[in-house]
Amino acid sequence: MSSRVVILGGGTGGTLAANRLHRALGDAIDVTVVDQDDRHVYQPGLLFVPFGLADPDHIVRSRSAQLASGIHMVLADVERVELEQRSVILAGGAALPYDVLVIATGARLQPEETEGMLGDAWNEHVFTFYDLEGATALRDALAAFEGGRLLVNVVDMPIKCPVAPLEFCFLADWFLRERGVRERTEITLATPLDGAFTKPLASQALGGLLTEKGIALEAEFATGRVEAGEGRIVSWDERELPFDLLVAIPAHGGAAYVERSAGLGDELGFVPCDPHTLQARAASNVFVLGDAANIPTSKAGSVSHFEGETIVENVRRMLAGEELRPSFDGHANCFIETGFGRALLIDFNYENEPLAGRFPEPHLGPLPLLRESRMNHMAKLMFEWAYWHVLLPGRELPGISNEMQTAGRHAPES
Amino acid sequence: MTQTTIAGHPVDVDPEGFLTDPGAWDRDIAAEIARDNGIPELTERHWQVVDFMRERYLRDGAAPSIRTLGKASGVPVKELYQLFPKGPAKLAAKIGGIPKPRGCI
Ligand SMILES: Cc1cc2nc3c(=O)[nH]c(=O)nc-3n(C[C@H](O)[C@H](O)[C@H](O)COP(=O)(O)OP(=O)(O)OC[C@H]3O[C@@H](n4cnc5c(N)ncnc54)[C@H](O)[C@@H]3O)c2cc1C
Repeated sequence: MSSRVVILGGGTGGTLAANRLHRALGDAIDVTVVDQDDRHVYQPGLLFVPFGLADPDHIVRSRSAQLASGIHMVLADVERVELEQRSVILAGGAALPYDVLVIATGARLQPEETEGMLGDAWNEHVFTFYDLEGATALRDALAAFEGGRLLVNVVDMPIKCPVAPLEFCFLADWFLRERGVRERTEITLATPLDGAFTKPLASQALGGLLTEKGIALEAEFATGRVEAGEGRIVSWDERELPFDLLVAIPAHGGAAYVERSAGLGDELGFVPCDPHTLQARAASNVFVLGDAANIPTSKAGSVSHFEGETIVENVRRMLAGEELRPSFDGHANCFIETGFGRALLIDFNYENEPLAGRFPEPHLGPLPLLRESRMNHMAKLMFEWAYWHVLLPGRELPGISNEMQTAGRHAPES
Repeated sequence: MTQTTIAGHPVDVDPEGFLTDPGAWDRDIAAEIARDNGIPELTERHWQVVDFMRERYLRDGAAPSIRTLGKASGVPVKELYQLFPKGPAKLAAKIGGIPKPRGCI
């Protein structure tokens, strides 16, 4: 009898894991993917929607169509996981028993966690571009924006794609210049971090770019509440920042069922797991992939991709009763759009912060790391094609290894 | 990393004054770091937060964020800011003798 592998979440991580497992283990396993809807959004495209650079309809495809034939898809909301019974309970009560469970239900936006964020002003003066509805509403607001205070606010960490708020600022600077209203606009980025980014050298480089573009940085700003009527946000230590247009990146948490599943998650609903084997702390036959995991790396699609191989190998070993392989190194790779048709690229893992150098081939590139270039921008645009045709089908990106390379890397010349 | 003396103990600290070895910590050290950072006396509520921070750090290898503190330490965020003005997570970590929280990734 084949082993039952159930994958919760049919987004980036769940889809690529299903396709890889199905291909690698064939008839030895029976793969079922559970998702609450059949709309797979290419999330990196959300950054471009507010600036009219991506059409909302074009970045959504059917989830089930991304799964190889032979993989089962169940459309349902997960109610909870019963670890001891090895069973997933779906909304409505149906049970889905498993031998191995892969959790890939991502991160959830929680605007309701910030007092005053979800009021009459939501999608009027207060927006987010972190989901499709918000990004689309923001597009219309930006097209009509005649100047004033544009405030971009990261409410709390962790968030998906921690560079996206910076990219939003850079693109807003470009967009408002093109529209001739940049002179009349103040752009400010308010973040709980103590700089532009979490890692020192990249934080310096990105902070320099903010200054160059005349974007103000309000660091160590822990947002307490939104006072939309007064047009301001207030931090827990009573600092105030005024806005005419607020672009918020709401607090993130894991999927709601995690909290309903005894012993599975942490206080924020993320799932603690071994950072190298990706095995859940809560049970040996449960693995965690992508944004749902509580591990010290970025919540990025590239990370889900690099984790794919480790997941497949360890699910196989678990079923065969072998020792797990601690092969995931925290590898993340992020393009950072900087406006005017250019982008920067960073590549890092648990041990190594982003440095300068070349990618993917040391010394040869062709992409420069931690430096703006046109090539990086072209590569970011090509990533969309690669997402649907290489990442999701679960194939390797040519020339790009899952483990991070350190050859030829060095601190940037300042 | 530099050596310094806190509450009579020689300890290693980073450039911002965070202990580099959580094992070198004790409650007298905590009280002195608190005084140096504008908290004259550690109350029971302070200790509740500091102890929670340490426990989590020693269990998970990472210090909890403000939001986690607010949800799980038993002290709501507003009060955290009254107890540890200007950044509870950072200050409670410093007093608790664990490394500076890195603000996630
Ligand atoms: C604006 C923005 C820009 C980004 N840019 C980039 C980028 O340039 N590069 C990059 O690498 N990454 C980027 N990312 C991050 C990337 O999209 C995510 O890290 C990636 O999608 C994570 O994959 P995942 O499988 O963990 O989660 P997701 O792809 O979000 O999938 C989670 C799935 O779980 C399902 N689900 C959740 N709860 C339940 C439930 N209770 N029952 C059933 N199903 C459920 C959801 O419907 C969803 O399909 C960006 C993200 C955003 C928001």
